[in-house]
Amino acid sequence: MSQYTLEVNGEPRTVEADGEMPLLWVLRDVLEYTGTKYGCGIGMCGACTVHMNGEAIRSCATPISTAAGQKIVTIEGLGAHGLHAVQKAWIAEQAPQCGYCQSGQIMAAAALLAKTPHPTDAEIDDAMAGNICRCGTYFRIRKAIHRAARSGGAAGSDRAAGVDRAAQEMSA
Amino acid sequence: MKISRRNFLGTSAAIAGGSFVVGFTMRAMAQDTSAAVSDKDNPFNAWIHVKTDNSTELVLARSEMGQGVFTALPMLLAEEADLDWDRVTVVQSDFSVGTGGSGSVRGNYMPLRRAGAQVRLAMVAAAARKWGVPQQECTTAKSTVMHAASGRKATYGELVPQACAAPCPDPKTVTLKEPGQFTLLGKATQHLDIPDKCTGKATFGLDVRVPGMVYAVIARCPTFGGVPAKFDAAQALKVPGVLQVFPIEARGHRVFTAGGVAVVAKTTWAAMQGRKALEITWNHGPSHGESTEALRAQMKEAFAKPPAWTGDGGGDDLDSLPAEKRVEAVYEFPFLAHATMEPMNMTVHRKGETCEVWAPSQSGETMRQIVAKELGLPEKSVTVHTTFMGGGFGRRYQYDFPTEAAQIAKEVSAPVQLVWTREDDMAHDYYRPAGMHRMKGTLDAQGNVTGWFDHVADTAIADFWSAPGEYKPNGEELPPPIPYPVAHVRTAFTPVKSAVPRAWWRSVENSFNGFMVESFVDELAHAAGQDPYEFRRRLLLEPAVARPKSGGEDEGPAPDPKRLVAVLDLVAQKAGWGKPLGKGRGRGIACTTTYAYLAEVAEVTVDGDTIRVDRLLMGVDCGQVVNPNGARHQLEGGMLFTTSAVLKEAITIREGAAAQLNFDDYSVLRMPEAPTLETYFIESHDDPHGLGEAAVWLTGPAIANAIFAATGKRLRRMPLRMDEVAV
Repeated sequence: MSQYTLEVNGEPRTVEADGEMPLLWVLRDVLEYTGTKYGCGIGMCGACTVHMNGEAIRSCATPISTAAGQKIVTIEGLGAHGLHAVQKAWIAEQAPQCGYCQSGQIMAAAALLAKTPHPTDAEIDDAMAGNICRCGTYFRIRKAIHRAARSGGAAGSDRAAGVDRAAQEMSA
Repeated sequence: MKISRRNFLGTSAAIAGGSFVVGFTMRAMAQDTSAAVSDKDNPFNAWIHVKTDNSTELVLARSEMGQGVFTALPMLLAEEADLDWDRVTVVQSDFSVGTGGSGSVRGNYMPLRRAGAQVRLAMVAAAARKWGVPQQECTTAKSTVMHAASGRKATYGELVPQACAAPCPDPKTVTLKEPGQFTLLGKATQHLDIPDKCTGKATFGLDVRVPGMVYAVIARCPTFGGVPAKFDAAQALKVPGVLQVFPIEARGHRVFTAGGVAVVAKTTWAAMQGRKALEITWNHGPSHGESTEALRAQMKEAFAKPPAWTGDGGGDDLDSLPAEKRVEAVYEFPFLAHATMEPMNMTVHRKGETCEVWAPSQSGETMRQIVAKELGLPEKSVTVHTTFMGGGFGRRYQYDFPTEAAQIAKEVSAPVQLVWTREDDMAHDYYRPAGMHRMKGTLDAQGNVTGWFDHVADTAIADFWSAPGEYKPNGEELPPPIPYPVAHVRTAFTPVKSAVPRAWWRSVENSFNGFMVESFVDELAHAAGQDPYEFRRRLLLEPAVARPKSGGEDEGPAPDPKRLVAVLDLVAQKAGWGKPLGKGRGRGIACTTTYAYLAEVAEVTVDGDTIRVDRLLMGVDCGQVVNPNGARHQLEGGMLFTTSAVLKEAITIREGAAAQLNFDDYSVLRMPEAPTLETYFIESHDDPHGLGEAAVWLTGPAIANAIFAATGKRLRRMPLRMDEVAV
């Protein structure tokens, strides 16, 4: 067991954990950010997708020792200043059914749009192929990504939002 | 929010915390008996709660698993109550009943409308008394009663004290709106639970966090029916965070838990690591020799012998019938996992003589019964909070995970969350049955289907659930009557013995029977040299023999062929049926009267061995559409769930165990493979049909029929592969 410090949604957090413990379980069981989901534990379903330094990663396959010192954003931090454009598009297209995979889908889509503000269908396929939905919402997710792109989904990156929120809380 | 049902003894309306409350009862699936209904002390399990601030809270006793009942059911209440929709919130009842069988809207359509009408009438009566005017002169809209002649108006919130002072209107005598008066039903309405599902706020079973809680996993024998012979916990107990290791017993008939060794720890991860460190010797039991190959041999053998059960006058073969053309085919379908995105789990906090449970379950009521029984507590001492759940598809009715969670709670003083890993979930599912259909059909010179023979050999669900030696095949595994009138119909069934657990998987037997029926109808159309759409149309509109008047036992009148033809025509027209698609591409069609009047067209592209579904179009007449947004969602979801199943999914059995354990070897549909979806509704005000399972019947055959149109190759084994070898 060792101590690890990382930034989660703009706030510095220190945890004591086995270095092999995946970030997913640190988030869910230690820090109680339960918006990030467990689906497969082997990086095959994407339900656990979070951002590390702006990149979409599978938190179930990222040991805490790797995440230490990095900036992590979870679904709870994505919309720190109200809803992120991707979340707004998800609601407008009424994408979720059961909703369990959607945190990961939204985080994957937000990372895609941050790099590729106007993705083609093929680029959406590439970026989203790792995120499984069993309810069958792929068709609406595709529409929601295009909608978010039209509304400028890349603007107002979650990292900046997270930092701003942290600054607000510190000054409060 | 909490309401004790004891507040409502003897009347369906009461004041509680400054609210006007109407209680009502939501029933479980038709085949379940609802304890909530029979419990005379506590007559209700759902409530409408009109508050003095003019907001309304609806406490609903159905599970929301993505099918939209937390919006469609409130719409029924709000429509008749004339509630301000923007001020309606929904809360899950702690007395939730079974949710499945496409029954929530279908089964609650009238009861919920009546409950809503009680609220409206109570408010109108309260206003009329207050103002001294006749009730008939009052109108309602947006949680407000108005009296046009005097210009007076009052919100429901303002009328709460007056409404509470009078007896509640009788739900049997309230007047319901005519469809022309609907302001909410039939309008696409955003799902109330979606915003929280986009921000991480929605609480699923695995998200339950209780102060002081611990986490548990169970090491189970991979072989069905196997148990631990001996185990050593020493290494597991050395893993940091591991708190307890203990054995749990297997439970038999109707529960079917594997038993095993429980590992309890401070985090899920520590529990998983502790389980890895266990040293266990398994007693694999008598099923260790079972394999997919051995099961397939049993199925083929069944077709070489007289069937175990025959229907329709003795199961005669069609070989003696005169016929212009004869078609024969054998179809095969595999075991399937539910693979809900959220694996099975449950949180239990035993507090002496009471117990609190957080369950992602399709039946909170069943969970309460199981936990109470396992802990030896009266049912009323067990409170079950039904959480959101990451998919249901029939899996979350089952008795295994609540039984295990209660077994663990007996040994653990803290609140404990039992977590199934993905591997646990896939290796210990109750799978969709596997089996084969041997089909025969005869055609006369005009292309009429004169004979239809279907012998099913499968691992019957009822065989698994019956007490040992009690199972008697009765044909319930067979498809419902086909919508095309045929003079000679012969059906037969032979069970295939297996230790593999199986149960309900979205649409149960229809998930494979629909494939066989609508694929084989397509085969007959092509054998008759006719267009498959025109062929179906003609059989429906100009049957060669009389159409049965009844739809079978307990099913009322036979489905109306004109309504089915209307959806066939609609979807064929939308798909541009008959227009050429180009090389390697094809269109297939299928239809059914199971669940609703449905017709679907699939467009596929076949390139070498690669099958791509490009577009799926669904035409539906399901009676009154309550929420077009939710109805569309259910059809879209069913189409993609089934596309995944027929193109990709199979559980195979090796040494008495599931050979697939995670999404690396149990392949499911992903974004790049997802087709474009279109759904078209026929306007109707008939009582609604349920749509949760509807698309599963016909999406598979529409795809297989399109592959035949594209390539001339008839695929009869699922998952569909272009290099298929005939059974």
